Parts: sequence; C-alpha cells; structure tokens
Amino acid sequence: MARVEIRSESCKSCQYCVKFCPKGVLAIGDKVNSKGYEYSVPVNMEACIACCICARMCPDAAIEVYK
Amino acid sequence: MEKIYARTKTIQEDKVSGFCPGCMHGTVIKLIGEVLEEMNIVDKAACVLGIGCCGLHMDYIAYDNTTAPHGRACAVATGMKRANPESLVFTYQGDGDFASIGLGESVSAANRGENITVIFINNGIYGMTGGQMAPTTLIGMKASTAPKGRIAEEHGYPMHMCEILNQLTAPAYLERTSCNTPANVVKTKKAIRKAFENQLNGKGFSMVEIVTSCPTNWGLEALDSLTYIEEKMLPEFPLGVIRDK
Repeated sequence: MARVEIRSESCKSCQYCVKFCPKGVLAIGDKVNSKGYEYSVPVNMEACIACCICARMCPDAAIEVYK
Repeated sequence: MEKIYARTKTIQEDKVSGFCPGCMHGTVIKLIGEVLEEMNIVDKAACVLGIGCCGLHMDYIAYDNTTAPHGRACAVATGMKRANPESLVFTYQGDGDFASIGLGESVSAANRGENITVIFINNGIYGMTGGQMAPTTLIGMKASTAPKGRIAEEHGYPMHMCEILNQLTAPAYLERTSCNTPANVVKTKKAIRKAFENQLNGKGFSMVEIVTSCPTNWGLEALDSLTYIEEKMLPEFPLGVIRDK
C-alpha cells in the first residue's frame, strides 16, 4: 500500500512525473490551479509501488510519497 | 503509513518556485537541499547565487544566501570561505554567469584551489535575460543573438568548462552530470554530496557541472526538452567524472 501526495499549487504541469512513473499512476488532470496550470493527479493509486521516481524528478518539490 | 519521501525543509514551506515549467533549476535546488539535510549541515551552508535565473530562488530556499555581482560568485565565495572557514560555501551559477561574464573569476578561483564548491548549471543559453547565446550554446542552436543558430566561424565553439578547468593543477573534483532521467538525478545528488564532502575535508576546489534544460528559451515543451538533452546536449557535453583526486 503506497500513496503519493501532490501539492496542486506547486505543480506546473511539466509532466516529468507522468512520463517517468513506471506504473502509470499519475496523469494531468482537467482542473487548473491558481496559476493556470493543469496539475498532475493520481489516477491509478493502487498501482503505486512507492519508488519515489515522480518525487525525485519533480522540479518543484510538489510530490511527497507515503508507504 | 510512513512518509518515505518528504519535501526538503530547505525549501520554504509556503513557496512556489519562480522557474518555468520543466526548468531543472528547481530539481537541482531540491537536490542541494536534500544533501544539506542528509549531511546535517544546513546551518553551515552559505550559498552565493549568480545573476540570472539562478537568482530566482533567493526567496525560495531557507538557508543563508547572498547574490554576487554578475559572474563574480567565485570571488565572493572566496572571501566568505576565507573569513569563515567553518562554513560550507558554495556558488550556484548558470553558464552565462560562470563561463562568460565570470570566466576570469571562475578560472582564477579554480586555479587557486579555493576550498569552495561550484554548482554550475549548463543549459546552453541565457535564461532570464532573454535567450541570448551563451559560451555553451551548441553549434546550430538558435538564440536571440544568433537567430540563424550558432555558427562556428562567427561565434566560436561551445565551451567545455570541466575540461578547461581540468588543465589546471589545483582543482580536486570535476564532474558533469544531468537531470534528464531518474538515474541521472540520483547521480547528480551523489556528485553534489561528494563535492560538499570534499570541501569539509579541505580538499579544495570542486565543481559539479549539471546539464539541464531551458524549455522556454529552447522553444520546446518540457518533455521535448528531455529528448533535446539526450540527443543534442549530451553528445556535446559527455557525462562523467573528469577529475577526482
């Protein structure tokens, strides 16, 4: 059981987390934050293996991982 | 459930970085912060920021920092380190700052073997000032001051700072890394840690050159900039340890 938490206000929609997640947990959602970016959201949380690759790649320190 | 990857405390809790989407300045700042925390030396850290986009995290990080006149970060860091030898003094500079405007200060500090650490961000272009050509701009790469792309006969060739400093006797550690893949991010973090440890052990000048992207001034989407790094930047700037003594 693992979980990622994304600070939607910090996300700038670069999609590095989406590209590098080996399990397809994340995707760009259809809501926007106050800066106008469509932020990343977990769409398949059950598949998360807590590898932390998304958090390491995130340039904006927007992702935290729980296990 | 336990938090296994936490946002570093060296970034202010309520702040959002001022960098463009996909800019790897943020990645490197995060890695520096994580290394400082893991080594338990946040209180000792004294960062000298260059001018340009690298100065944007002045209000983003939570440890001591100052900004040097354009290009002079290594000279300012020299003074700080000599006055406070117990501090961990590092500069954070872009290619325009370190390799162009501050070339004299940078090479001189390396030649003196100053016991400082340089984090050198190489994205091949001036960012904040508007995408002008940098010394590290690739042949054929477009810049606002080279609208047809860099032409060797007119503008010279990309400069390789690690290799240039490798001609000097004094530097202790020179490594080139990137942040374009998860593996390279881990390697970059290790390199930053080693460079900081060198300073604490009094080994002298260490530099980590990090090949990063500038999606805005490259005119690319963030994801496409990763491909550009892999296909264009890395063949010109091969990764690896250039010197470790």
